[in-house]
Amino acid sequence: MDIVLFVRSELFLVTLTFLFFWIFSRLQTRTGIALLNPMVLTIAALIVFLRVAGISYDEYYKSGQLIEFWLKPAIVALALPLYSELRHIRRQLMPLLLAELAGCVVGIVSVVVIAAMLGAGEDVVRSLAPKSVSTPIALEISRQIGGIPALTSAIVVVVGMIGAITGLKMMTWGRVKSPVSRSLSMGTAAHVMGTNRVSEYGERFGAYATLGLIINGILTAFLADPVVKLVYACGLAG
Amino acid sequence: MCNFAGCCNNNSCMAKQFGIIFGCLLVGELLAFIPGLDIPGSILGMLVLTVLLERKVVRPESIAPVSRFLIKNMAFFFVPPGVALMLYFDIIAAEWIPITVATVVSIFLVLVVTGRLYEFLHRYYKKRR
Repeated sequence: MDIVLFVRSELFLVTLTFLFFWIFSRLQTRTGIALLNPMVLTIAALIVFLRVAGISYDEYYKSGQLIEFWLKPAIVALALPLYSELRHIRRQLMPLLLAELAGCVVGIVSVVVIAAMLGAGEDVVRSLAPKSVSTPIALEISRQIGGIPALTSAIVVVVGMIGAITGLKMMTWGRVKSPVSRSLSMGTAAHVMGTNRVSEYGERFGAYATLGLIINGILTAFLADPVVKLVYACGLAG
Repeated sequence: MCNFAGCCNNNSCMAKQFGIIFGCLLVGELLAFIPGLDIPGSILGMLVLTVLLERKVVRPESIAPVSRFLIKNMAFFFVPPGVALMLYFDIIAAEWIPITVATVVSIFLVLVVTGRLYEFLHRYYKKRR
């Protein structure tokens, strides 16, 4: 077999993705440095590899699909932690919903206004609006409000990285203290990746983060369009 | 904790677990076709599975090992969409300052507003009860 064809084969690219992730996971456990996030490093390493090997994203996409496919069932699986916390959730529905509503609106307004004030183009601004919710939701919203869906999906991943890596520190500065509210915030601001980060502390925290992710996802689906329109109508964004 | 896939204790065999999870995903994707319901199928699928667990139609044990496996490895499934970044290097290079500043500030605000408001309301509602 031609070496070029071999390197471009799905099997090779999937294996490479596994290998990179494995190496960087080990690197993180060995060094104990949270900043050396295996996902971020794997993405970076793959981009460098594809560039050097002259493989386009479209070619990688076929292999990537095989992996990305599992994201959807993984989101469905979040029902398990959600179910185990349902009892606690019911008892405090109002605080949860109000906090989520505030977080959702603040998230959309702040990112749109700041990006527009700093001179980002309108399509980029619109792509940023659903930044805090997970990829499948964000893609739909971005399409709906006139953003660039693929740019949104990239931004969503970046938001997840920033949230997962610096989120807990940010909340220490912002004096968010209780573990439950910290988990809720992580799910709200940094979707599945934030959830993933706090799940390390136990299923209970994972459940609150999941809750933040779900409620914010649903609220953003409903509110992104009207809020962005309102921000532009008020002249707050360019 | 039980191992992924290889495990077939009681009645939570691999096929059953995946069957339930994918079944819910499928129902979710179908529900997403309902006009006016602009919520992704995967989220609807999660809500469907939550209802099934709540109604005791599905026992938590019959999906737990596979669910834990999927949740634990979610970061890996995010790699391919992350690689899509390479398509937008030109836009990102041109507008990286507004994108980065807006994103970081916004994340900080969402974290602090959600967290502190929740803490406040939690205390407030507790007192009233």
